Amino acid sequence: MSLVSNEARTWIGRSQPPIHIEVTRRDIQKYSVATEQRQRKFLDGDEAPPMFLFGLLRPVLPLDNLGRDGIAQDEFLPDFPLKRIMAGGTEMTYHRPLCPGDKLIATKVLADIQEKNGSSGPLIFVSYDLTVETENGEVVVEERSTRIIR
Amino acid sequence: MSNRFNAIVVGETLPERAFTASNVSLFLYNAAIWNAHRIHYDAPYTTEVEKHPAVVIDGPLQGDWMSQSVLNWLGDDGVLVKFQYTNRRASYLGETLRTIARVTAKDDNAKTVTVELGVQNEAGDVIAPGSALVRFSS
Repeated sequence: MSLVSNEARTWIGRSQPPIHIEVTRRDIQKYSVATEQRQRKFLDGDEAPPMFLFGLLRPVLPLDNLGRDGIAQDEFLPDFPLKRIMAGGTEMTYHRPLCPGDKLIATKVLADIQEKNGSSGPLIFVSYDLTVETENGEVVVEERSTRIIR
Repeated sequence: MSNRFNAIVVGETLPERAFTASNVSLFLYNAAIWNAHRIHYDAPYTTEVEKHPAVVIDGPLQGDWMSQSVLNWLGDDGVLVKFQYTNRRASYLGETLRTIARVTAKDDNAKTVTVELGVQNEAGDVIAPGSALVRFSS
């Protein structure tokens, strides 16, 4: 029997409400110090390191939305009979670097759901397509990421 | 700059770099990415409730370190086009991690180079493999 219900399959193609983000020099500087960057352009905040985007997209929610573990309840997942969620891989395509002053819109689509048999039992792979573009529709970064549920 | 591209040989290794996260650097990283998960700063909670041996070094932080190995090698001679990585195993506060990188392919027409990346633990196991595609300026 399939672990992915027909209801769960209807999630394929669904998107989250777009996130509006603004890149600031100070945020880049903080990120660059914490990640031990060596290049001046990153430390000065003239340009964002590629992985800066990961933090920029994390939700800023009220404290009441954080669990006892400190994790924000912001899952974009259908209900599955398996419950343990792990990060899979992520692949980013960069069209240009992010810079202070950029005003961006990020849209995440649940792109696919696949069932696989792992060595330790069944697995569900959920993949997401993220597009980050300017207000004029210029695509800046694209990302395909996967979560593994077991 | 074209000389730089021409001189690159498939199989050559990039400079390695060691990273030893501290309580302070992990706190600042998680504050910067706005992540309050307690396994990254609360040692008693991490060991007693989530049963890790110690405070956990963030997976995406290791991804960033990996990206730096190729970016610092590339310098101003080109741009990062693609970057991918996976976290296979956890690592903990107190461990020193090392980024490793090696050129695996070169496309003379597109002026691109593929670099295989990894984060290695002290035992020498690659706990996070990755790769990058960079394009050199003409």
